[in-house]
Amino acid sequence: MLIDPARETGQLTLLTNAMVREVTTDAEGRATGVSYIDTRTRSEQKVQADIVILAASACESARLLLNSTSNQHPNGLANSSGVVGRYLMDSTGTTVAGILPQLMNDPDHNCDGVGGMHVYIPWWLHDQHDRLGFPRGYHFEIWGGRGMPGYGIMNNIHTYNDAFAGPDERPKGGGGYGPQLKEDYRRFYGSVVGLSGRGEMVAREDNYCEIDPDTVDQYGIPTLRFNVNWSDAELQQVRHMQETGREILRSMDAHVFGDMPTEEQDYGITMPGEIIHEAGTTRMGDDPRSSVLNSYCQAHDVDNLFVTDAGPLVSMPHKNPTWTIMALAMRASDYIIDQRNKGTL
Amino acid sequence: MADMERRDALKLLGLMAATSTFSFACTAEETSTGSAAATPPDGTTRPTADYTKQFFTDHEMRTVRVMADLVIPADDRSGSASDARVPEFIDHVMTDELLGDPQPRQTAMRGGLAWVDYQCLQRFDALFADCSEAQQKELLDDIAWPDAAPDGMEAGVEFFNSFRNLVASGFFSSKMGVDDLGYIGNTYVSEWTGCPDDVRAT
Repeated sequence: MLIDPARETGQLTLLTNAMVREVTTDAEGRATGVSYIDTRTRSEQKVQADIVILAASACESARLLLNSTSNQHPNGLANSSGVVGRYLMDSTGTTVAGILPQLMNDPDHNCDGVGGMHVYIPWWLHDQHDRLGFPRGYHFEIWGGRGMPGYGIMNNIHTYNDAFAGPDERPKGGGGYGPQLKEDYRRFYGSVVGLSGRGEMVAREDNYCEIDPDTVDQYGIPTLRFNVNWSDAELQQVRHMQETGREILRSMDAHVFGDMPTEEQDYGITMPGEIIHEAGTTRMGDDPRSSVLNSYCQAHDVDNLFVTDAGPLVSMPHKNPTWTIMALAMRASDYIIDQRNKGTL
Repeated sequence: MADMERRDALKLLGLMAATSTFSFACTAEETSTGSAAATPPDGTTRPTADYTKQFFTDHEMRTVRVMADLVIPADDRSGSASDARVPEFIDHVMTDELLGDPQPRQTAMRGGLAWVDYQCLQRFDALFADCSEAQQKELLDDIAWPDAAPDGMEAGVEFFNSFRNLVASGFFSSKMGVDDLGYIGNTYVSEWTGCPDDVRAT
């Protein structure tokens, strides 16, 4: 999105297929550039820089910092606080879906448009946390419609085609074959509606990624391992998603798929990382002892080093984090320009 | 949002039936590990026009053809599964590296077809594809309705659940199947006028 305008300045050199190994530093511990491997030739390369800005995604930027060890930064670059990799967050998630009989046997029509069912439900109970039993909020993304028939279409129809059965005689339960089944596929096509809840995870120090001392990737760069668990805050939130989503579907006379996930099933919550919204691994803050970056995404320990992905996020938006990333990156960019003009960076 | 919907749909399929033995990218485990190999990059897989059989023996192919056409026969709206080249599609699925390790689904498919043949030999003294249509349907009636299946049919039920899924995937993702369902999206729309009146009037 922003690469083209940057190129138009004539000031941009773009290096692709460059897997960065570490941020290089000088004797004083300031950043001097990066070393990388050209993935086409597997040759080692270096780039010199006055300022280094990492935006490799939250976990990869943390990995780079943790892999950039030196005498000045034995625990990894910009990590005197020990916080790099910690406070790792993802969005919470769970999904409820069912068949809406009102949508069965619809006339052919084009359901392409502005996302799922043209409906989105933002968080609505922000003033009722006293009774909810969990902090923070979530939203529902609604999906369904007469999507392009593809691989896996109406998979496992035998688990639901006894719902809203037609006039034909058939054995107990779902399943079947032949003309009856073919007609069922037509009847149910486009009738499934799903509600996918996505919510805010609470940042906690003991959720973290770290360098796995035993493993390297194909370029010989040490990889990450993860220690992340949901807390009761997330589990109770997802329980609320499940109960609410089921209530919404049932109120529309839907045949809801599956039973309410139990406490033992963690209420059907996704695995940490599954929603692909990693954030918080290089959190910002005013106190260098408990944060990696200042409010301009500038490393407390290394003044010419910045991180502008989701790593700086201190808390998780329940929406997708991209716009927050962009806003913080723009703020950091303005700050860098300002400091350069003042000659202080 | 599209990625998220697909991910949720796949996850849900896993929740709905975690036991399908050779369905694809639809177990919660496969989905949650995010295995790039579990689903082709564009969510589709299909044999090329000049496709030649890669996996099935001639006998297995004949069996698949007969059974697939019993699952989705021709009617006045569209052709049969084999008219849409579903047997070739299934053969392709058995070997498509983009769908991940083929060994488990190959074993489940080959074993399931052998189970069907053995059942027919015991009951009718003939292989499934050589049985009369009435005999073939007699067997399918015992494995096509999971809740009503007689004891001892569990392996066949499991096999047929997955087989039905594969036939539906192959048929409805073909041009014939897309036309049958009346899918009319993915086209240029010059002016968005909302949901057609006749849709919500029904």
